[in-house]
Amino acid sequence: MNETANKTADQATAAPRPEAALLPPVDVIEDANGITLHADLPGVPKDKLHLQVEADTLTIEGEVSLAMPEDMESTHAEVSLPRYRRVFSLSKELDTEKVAAEFDQGVLKLRIPKVAHAQPRKIEIRVE
Amino acid sequence: MFHRSLFPRDLFAELDRLQREMQQANEYSPSIRGSGRGGFPALNVGGTPRSIEIYAFAPGIDPASIDVQLEKGVLTIAGERPPAPRDEKTAVHIDERFAGRFRRVVTLPDDIDPNAVAAKYRDGVLHISIQRRAAAQPRRIAIQ
Repeated sequence: MNETANKTADQATAAPRPEAALLPPVDVIEDANGITLHADLPGVPKDKLHLQVEADTLTIEGEVSLAMPEDMESTHAEVSLPRYRRVFSLSKELDTEKVAAEFDQGVLKLRIPKVAHAQPRKIEIRVE
Repeated sequence: MFHRSLFPRDLFAELDRLQREMQQANEYSPSIRGSGRGGFPALNVGGTPRSIEIYAFAPGIDPASIDVQLEKGVLTIAGERPPAPRDEKTAVHIDERFAGRFRRVVTLPDDIDPNAVAAKYRDGVLHISIQRRAAAQPRRIAIQ
């Protein structure tokens, strides 16, 4: 317990402080074979989307790139930061090696299957 | 501000009320269409001497199904985002993304040209560019 707390503290001090980012809205749906995640990242082109799975942590990051006239002055902004970021903890029954991602018109779809032994099996009940 | 509620409700209702009161305190007179923040699609608006630029953040929508109308100096963006199909065997753990019908309205300045509007949809963002009228720009007047 103590060890984990120390480790988290170490990570917090070692990692550079991330830049401010928007939290993209997501839907997470689980079925028998895995988890499907949808995230809204409007304004992010395909090459500015970064997905990372590291030690059971999934990080979704995207940079907003809009075609704006150079002399434009903003009068009203609801999307006020040029970056999205969201981090999720994955659980051990998920197979992080087989994550499939699609990104189309600002919507990211991630499919994370469960490892084979974690998939459902019907357990027979024997009556003796 | 710290009055006792006549009918105490739950904590979240009280937080909502507090938020509204704070908004009222900050914004002396909000727009009649509400503050609009938190609506779908999120809007960014900017202007140049030649045009008004509107960005609607509407990811994952078929551009053909978005209805953009300009009438009496008011721009309306409307459409529908269908909910994701779900069956009984799935468990929904997080459900934050917008689904359903939407409509957002923007009041435009007087000098726009309603016939010079361009709309593009890219990376889930609808970009509407409206030119200002040429008549609004300075010009020389001939004396007869």
